[in-house]
Amino acid sequence: MSQFRKGLWRSAIAAAAVAGFVTSAAAQMELKIMAPAAPGGGWDQTARSMQQALTQSGTAKSVQVTNVPGAGGSIGIAQLVNNSKGDGNQLMVMGYVMVGALLTNNSPVTLAQTTPIARLTTEYEAIVVPANSPIKDAKDLAAAIKADPAKVTWAGGSAGGVDHIAAALFAKAAGADPTKINYIPFSGGGEALAAILGGKVTAGISGYGEFESQVKAGKLRLIGLTSAKKTANVDVPSIKEQGIDLEIANWRAVVAPPGISADQKKALTEVVDKLAKSKEWQEILKAKGWEDAYISGDAFAKILADEQTRTKEVLTAVGLVKS
Amino acid sequence: MEAFVSLANGLSVAIQPMNLLFALIGVLLGTAVGVLPGIGPALTVALLLPITFKLDPAGSIIMFAGIYYGGMYGGSTTAILINTPGESASMATALEGNKMAKAGRGGPALATAAIGSFVAGTIATLGLTFLAPYLVDIAVSFGPEDYFALMCVAFVTVSATFGDSPVRGLTSLAIGLLLGLIGIDILSGQSRLSFGVPELYDNIEVTTLAVGLFAVGEALYVASRRHVHEEKLEAVRGSLWMTKEDWKRSWKPWLRGTAFGFPIGALPAGGAEIPTFLSYSTEKRLTKYPDEFGKGAIEGVAGPEAANNAAAAGTLVPLLTLGLPTSATAAMMLAGFQQYGLNPGPLLFADQPNLVWGLIASLFIANAMLLVLNLPLVGLWVKLLAIPQPWLYAGILVFATMGTIAANPSPVELIMLTIFGVLGFLMRRFDFPIAPVVVGLILGPIAESQLRRALSISLGDPMVLMQSPISATLLVIAAIALILPFFLKGLSRFKAVED
Repeated sequence: MSQFRKGLWRSAIAAAAVAGFVTSAAAQMELKIMAPAAPGGGWDQTARSMQQALTQSGTAKSVQVTNVPGAGGSIGIAQLVNNSKGDGNQLMVMGYVMVGALLTNNSPVTLAQTTPIARLTTEYEAIVVPANSPIKDAKDLAAAIKADPAKVTWAGGSAGGVDHIAAALFAKAAGADPTKINYIPFSGGGEALAAILGGKVTAGISGYGEFESQVKAGKLRLIGLTSAKKTANVDVPSIKEQGIDLEIANWRAVVAPPGISADQKKALTEVVDKLAKSKEWQEILKAKGWEDAYISGDAFAKILADEQTRTKEVLTAVGLVKS
Repeated sequence: MEAFVSLANGLSVAIQPMNLLFALIGVLLGTAVGVLPGIGPALTVALLLPITFKLDPAGSIIMFAGIYYGGMYGGSTTAILINTPGESASMATALEGNKMAKAGRGGPALATAAIGSFVAGTIATLGLTFLAPYLVDIAVSFGPEDYFALMCVAFVTVSATFGDSPVRGLTSLAIGLLLGLIGIDILSGQSRLSFGVPELYDNIEVTTLAVGLFAVGEALYVASRRHVHEEKLEAVRGSLWMTKEDWKRSWKPWLRGTAFGFPIGALPAGGAEIPTFLSYSTEKRLTKYPDEFGKGAIEGVAGPEAANNAAAAGTLVPLLTLGLPTSATAAMMLAGFQQYGLNPGPLLFADQPNLVWGLIASLFIANAMLLVLNLPLVGLWVKLLAIPQPWLYAGILVFATMGTIAANPSPVELIMLTIFGVLGFLMRRFDFPIAPVVVGLILGPIAESQLRRALSISLGDPMVLMQSPISATLLVIAAIALILPFFLKGLSRFKAVED
């Protein structure tokens, strides 16, 4: 009973915050955040979590979340660039996956047309093998790929996505031809997980969260994460530490429409800065297991540009993008 | 035995008044969104997630389970009454159910759907309780080649079942397969037949096609016939309740539907559509009243509805034991678990027994609640049919359009809805069955990608299809199902000659 009452009371407070009863010294912006995906996915959850933290902490007066699903975000970004030009209250959640999707979809709209605001979170990719696999570490896997890239089957998410790119980069770092990799895309990490557990493929690659409980239960062996150094939540050194030069992360960020003024950009950056520092946002990151990777301003704009160049190279190499 | 003790513990969690209230809110919301095409349970759970964030985990997960089951019930109500399947898994129900409703037997159709769902849901939840750990090992061993073989079985049975002649059935199926090619090819990441329209990249939405073909097509057809030959809708004929005969004809399809639904639903890439079609085909084969099929046979409602609900329980097997979400709603429930820092997977049963068993127990309760909630509503629902036809169909059109727009706010979606509506009208006019089109759209892409995955893994060796025992068995079944009817036909002709 008490739990529920507490819940009710809290939602009442949240409602009050939305209605603007809780005032704060911060800029009282009325924000709109677009998630360029259907409700439920990572981008949608990011947008709705931002909404929650922004209103509860009183950083924004109100936040409206809209969903524009389709084609890895290609439809959402087209709407942002074409219909929201110069709107200083609009943000769009995006991520590394969109960089690849825009390239493979041959989208007429590009990320260069948006106004980068900040990177929020990141998740490293994990490479796993079934527990009974003869492959013990990244060196074994690299040796197998070098011997015959086609015989090493990879299970992961959609073609051209971050999993696919990471697998190609691994092959390249191992000294094999990345165009020869035998990558088998599955719709979503879940189906891929079943194929890995069933021993149908050599290795699996996806965000570590997809595999964590299976690794802990001893059903999958973690080969390593794609971080620079070993992270605290795993026992295995990172792939880079094992001598294979691979570093990649699936990050999520927010961008604003094109054509906004310098003041508008500054105001939006300030709001997102405050969000990232708020207690509410930090709590959400912890609950969802998202790693904080906050970078704003020009530093983020540079990351965004670099990732586009690197991704285009990889996707051209594996034949997904015609140069 | 251990499972019994755990289940009893779970029941004690689930019958706490607060959790009962959450279950009730869940089933009410679920039924409401299931009735509306487009707004499925997945979207509802997604919208509720931020609100439930601060609630007690057991309560909100129990509510989500109620929404899930409720959605399955609600989807069948519109399928039966106005031929608008709220979810693709209710499509098989619409085939016979709507015919029954038009013949004044909407009451028994709704009742057999509700009771069948209850029976199937209960048996399947029992299966979830006792078989989950074993089933999951089998489910994981299902490889791409085995899925491909399963799709072959579905294609053969479906194309042979629907329509008056196999040629018409196959033509419809071919249209569906063709539509299934549109969009980004999952294995190569390249778009096919999308003509640069970004809305087509994500494949054609199944609900748009189903609503267009069924609801819009039907409305156009009725309008075109209005002056030629007015179709008489009988609101109610005979009893609202199921007769003794109805019960006798329903109970076996319920059980067979459950037998299809639960195991296929438990497969990581199984889904709820295949078992409903398989159940429909089986009932049509086995029925003692073959001439009633296509005109409103109660078996054709009882079987698929049971299969649909059993599959819904089946999808919880991989979700709870592996953390594998195999449907959109299951994916949302996974997100629900994760927001409380719970990771479904092999450790969940050990780490959080109260929560897991509380959830399973509340599934039983949600099922019972849905039955109590839905049976008295049958009388109210069938009154819908007493609405004068022009108003009813105008309402259906508004309903269908709003549902489509709610799911995908884009003008392209509306244009597609219209095109499919016209297609549905033409197919009705020229006597082509419409269900195989949707079957083709759903199963075609799965069959294609699984076959290509299987060949990719085997490095191009087609023998992989025969090397897996599951795949070999299923392919043999498909071959027999394909050849047997012709053989039997030949035999009977032979006999006739002898006579």
